Amino acid sequence: MAASRSVLPGFGITLGCTLAYLSLLVLIPLAGLFWKSASLGGAEFLAAVASPRALAAYRLSFGASFAAALVNAGFGLVLAWVLVRYRFPGRGIVDALVDLPFALPTAVAGITLTALFAKNGWLGQWLEPLGIFVAYTPLGVTVALVFIGIPFVVRTVQPVLEDLEPEIEEAAASLGASRFHTFRRVLFPAVWPALVTGFALAFARSVGEYGSVVFISGNMPLRTEIAPLLIVTELEQWNYAGATAIAAVLLVISFGLLLGINGLQRYGARRLAGGRAA
Amino acid sequence: MSIEARGIHKCFGDFTALRDVNLAVKEGELVALLGPSGSGKTTLLRIVAGLELPDRGSVLFDGEDATARSARDRRVGFVFQHYALFRHMTVFENVAFGLRVRPRRERPSERGIRAQVSELLELVQLGALGGRLPSQLSGGQRQRVALARALAVRPRVLLLDEPFGALDSRVRKDLRRWLRRIHEELAITSVFVTHDQEEALELADRVVVMDHGRIEQVGTPEQVYHEPASRFVYEFLGDVNVFHARLEDGPARVWVRPHLLDVSREASERGARAVVERVHAAGPTVRVELRTEAGERIQAELTQEQHAQLALARAEAVWVRPRAGRTFAPAEDYAI
Repeated sequence: MAASRSVLPGFGITLGCTLAYLSLLVLIPLAGLFWKSASLGGAEFLAAVASPRALAAYRLSFGASFAAALVNAGFGLVLAWVLVRYRFPGRGIVDALVDLPFALPTAVAGITLTALFAKNGWLGQWLEPLGIFVAYTPLGVTVALVFIGIPFVVRTVQPVLEDLEPEIEEAAASLGASRFHTFRRVLFPAVWPALVTGFALAFARSVGEYGSVVFISGNMPLRTEIAPLLIVTELEQWNYAGATAIAAVLLVISFGLLLGINGLQRYGARRLAGGRAA
Repeated sequence: MSIEARGIHKCFGDFTALRDVNLAVKEGELVALLGPSGSGKTTLLRIVAGLELPDRGSVLFDGEDATARSARDRRVGFVFQHYALFRHMTVFENVAFGLRVRPRRERPSERGIRAQVSELLELVQLGALGGRLPSQLSGGQRQRVALARALAVRPRVLLLDEPFGALDSRVRKDLRRWLRRIHEELAITSVFVTHDQEEALELADRVVVMDHGRIEQVGTPEQVYHEPASRFVYEFLGDVNVFHARLEDGPARVWVRPHLLDVSREASERGARAVVERVHAAGPTVRVELRTEAGERIQAELTQEQHAQLALARAEAVWVRPRAGRTFAPAEDYAI
């Protein structure tokens, strides 16, 4: 609530700007989305959003995104750790490489990955004889989403790791803690709120990802069709209302999940917050 | 437990932090490593703790080589200058940490842990604050938590890296005396690092004066203060004036502590003329800043009684005469 008098000036004007900006760029388009989907009757809406094809698409989108975000949380943490704690030749290059998935057009990433994992690709020709099929499978979708999500975890965890004094690890060691204990009881509790944020960002990005996935997934309905692609397919068939209905469902689920994850993250951060002033 | 460092040598890139240092600390002793920043004192302490590996040399505990042992196996309590408390844990959990991470068969029961931690919190006079987070404590309290945490593992040696460095002078003095009492109570071999000569002289059984990665002198506080082995030690342990004098064997420089300087209005044969620039009378002694005819700045320290008798005024011309002074071998003079 706006304090009647505050040392920090400009609450009114900045909040006003924020709300106007958010409304213009986020709320109004989203409201339009819901408005459009509402043009369907109840039964029609249900038919559009709960068709087997749509359900399979949600499952793949959320499942693959979750798996990819999980993989990124693990490897992103290791990557951030290496970048923060060690000085080695080529560190600057590794640091820059992390951001590359941001810059690369997603379609390029998708085509590249498809070429790599296709039956005659560099990696595919070795994996397929082993029974590991990546291209045109849900696994391929996950691989593409992992690629897209790398920077999110690294960039959110990195500053927190930089903020941790190496001394707390030394203190833990001198108290007899093993590396495992030091990680589990000292480092992880300090890092996990940031890790959760990174996970949430990677997850959110993956749910909405389209460009890199369409090439590697093969887009087979019920098997490798992601929800964003289903929306585009509906649009191409002039079924605007159906497309917006699926989009609305996607949006509501994503929003709910993000709200939950952020709540978890805030809980963890609050537990740590006091220590900042140390 | 006794500690011995033999021929410790350590470089960080181009910087040589320690040059073949040898040091022995006896069982139950409280030793200060004293020196300016960059003198290698903290590096030496960290090497003893196993937090740093020496390039050459070895560390012995009770005569047994511990150089290859990792920090976690040395059973050394280490207290950091900036506390290094685990900020997501309560005071109680911080202190209990060393007990909880023990292998299961050596770990005390939950009740045992509670009893031990409470006892330690009483020892550091924080019994009521076990449930607080470190961020809710003052600097002095945090450092006491850090000490309790280090003591919880019943270390054989206690090492403290500038333990009072981040505290204000009042708290520092209190903690200093308190640490001395704890040391006497527990009789644990302790080494602490400081750049504050007063702290070292007041607290330690023996003082190790270090400079440029070397040990300049080891001795009791009285020894290093009254019988400094080198010009560096003399200068580092207190304020000092340097006079150019003519002695029997030619011109020389003489080092004189401010309190060994007489100030008077009468001319004296062995004195020098000087002008009073400032008088600081607030405090147990009176410090007088003077400038000699040669333009050198010197400091004298008078008792309040002397000051009352003399009643020095600013810009007044007086005579200063050293009651005692020291010379050091010229070779050493120009070494720095």
